[in-house]
Amino acid sequence: MTGHIAISTQLGAFALDAAFELPDSDVTALFGPSGAGKSTIVHAIAGLMMPAKGQITIGGETLLDTERNISVPARQRRLGVVFQDSRLFPHLSVRGNLLYGWRRAAAPCGADEVDRVTRLLGLENFLERKPRTLSGGERSRVALGRALLMGPRALLLDEPLTGLDATRKGEILPYLERIRDEEKLPILYVSHAIDEITRFADRIVVLNAGRVVAEGSLFDVTARLDLASGQAMFPGTILDATVAAHDRPFGLTELAIGGERLVVPAMTRNIGDKIRIRIDAQDVMLALSRPSDVSANNILPAIIEEMRAHDETAMDVKLRLGETRLLARVTRRSAERLGLAVEGDVFAIIKAVTVGGRDGA
Amino acid sequence: MGGFLTGAELEALALSFRIASISVLITLPFAFAAGLLLARAQFPGKSLVDGIVHLPLVLPPVAMGYLLLVIFGTRAPLGAWLLENLGIRFVFSWTGAVLASAILTFPFQVRAIRLSLEAEDPRLSQAAETLGASALDRLMSLHIPLALPGILAGAVTAFAACLGEFGAIITFVSNIPGETRTIPLAIYTAIQSPGGEAAAARLSALSIALALLGLILAEFLARRARIATGRA
Repeated sequence: MTGHIAISTQLGAFALDAAFELPDSDVTALFGPSGAGKSTIVHAIAGLMMPAKGQITIGGETLLDTERNISVPARQRRLGVVFQDSRLFPHLSVRGNLLYGWRRAAAPCGADEVDRVTRLLGLENFLERKPRTLSGGERSRVALGRALLMGPRALLLDEPLTGLDATRKGEILPYLERIRDEEKLPILYVSHAIDEITRFADRIVVLNAGRVVAEGSLFDVTARLDLASGQAMFPGTILDATVAAHDRPFGLTELAIGGERLVVPAMTRNIGDKIRIRIDAQDVMLALSRPSDVSANNILPAIIEEMRAHDETAMDVKLRLGETRLLARVTRRSAERLGLAVEGDVFAIIKAVTVGGRDGA
Repeated sequence: MGGFLTGAELEALALSFRIASISVLITLPFAFAAGLLLARAQFPGKSLVDGIVHLPLVLPPVAMGYLLLVIFGTRAPLGAWLLENLGIRFVFSWTGAVLASAILTFPFQVRAIRLSLEAEDPRLSQAAETLGASALDRLMSLHIPLALPGILAGAVTAFAACLGEFGAIITFVSNIPGETRTIPLAIYTAIQSPGGEAAAARLSALSIALALLGLILAEFLARRARIATGRA
């Protein structure tokens, strides 16, 4: 089943008019710069803000339909909201916070389920502590646990990692991934950080100035040239890869992407593991023939699928490598000098790969 | 303490404590309601209500005592009605002292409660709402516990202020030993009596100690309040 969100409202000079889908089994990322309207959408979905017009259906249940005068109150929406600032109750212990929604649930889960979530989030040693004694990362975990234990029909994660430093982010992400993999819940993950989304989401909704400018699978949307050019939102391509082989003597790992192989610095992953990688468009060079005398390890044959000028200097080129799409950014002069054209054969020389994908790095 | 204070002085001390405690306890629910109203509700005439609540802070206590006498005196309509139908008499009775103290220290409590409620981060209430808590539930599970140290600080301040109340009490319920003669009235009586300086000094020292203790306790509770609401 698929949920639908449609919200339109006017907040001062800011007009929000956004509609997108929230599939039951996937993580949908709501992506956009600050001020795009992401938090307003979360508040409207949670029932904390009443839009002028809107329809919200999640998990087969209509939570809002302004045309039919339906508006389920926030406290009856059963949406597990994790706010950016955690919003833990300062007078309650970690246990009191975790069980706040659980105690108020119409059909609360059993005690063993409470134990399971507590362990899932690694909170079993914090239960008696007060929120003010916790680190930022620990607080986020408590907020996640509190949202899970209320028995939600969906999770709304509003920038749960913003404000945490890289170490703390690395601490939370594995827990988020466990929740994604173990709880069968639709998840809306709001973020302005493409790295988090790369690692965590399956689908992406791109929001800009109150409007949805793109929606679809992470791979398709991030490979779109019109977005790359217009707003420089996605400076690269996101790909799913499988660990194919290790070259221990040289400290390298081979990744399989579609039918292609990529060589990256050695990873402590098992062969067969699935990982997600990002290749920045700036890190992809193009050649007309296979160069034999360059140091780059990754040289892949490709066909140009689409070209679009990024600005007066740069040209974005979308490449097809079998089933895979890859973006390259070259100068317009190089493009002209090489005579690059759609359907032309080229070789993509990949200088760097960012590994930080799904299932950890 | 029996060696330090005379029997009459101990009687005044006990009476002061009784009047102050009962007056604070009776006022508390009304002060909470008023504090909640002023902190959360928007309504026309709010500043007038705010002014009336704070009036006892600036009105001369003697004027307040006189007003009470006019309203609750046995020959005043309301006072006569209370005496005839319910057997309640305020004038010349310690219950009248409770009434006067309650009205005069009401603003202290309202103010402390209102500030505590306003200090709460409103986003916490939104979080509680998404977790299934109704408005009444949020009041009991969130607003009151978070405001509790502030409420207690207000109550302690009001208690200390009750101990010091003089003008309204002596005007409204007079200065009757064992009935309405609280510590300040006992001090006044001692000063008026020949050779009463030592007693006046003892009772004044006691008053200072009690007031100081009350203020320190109130400040301690206020600090707890700041910690509870995450502001320290």
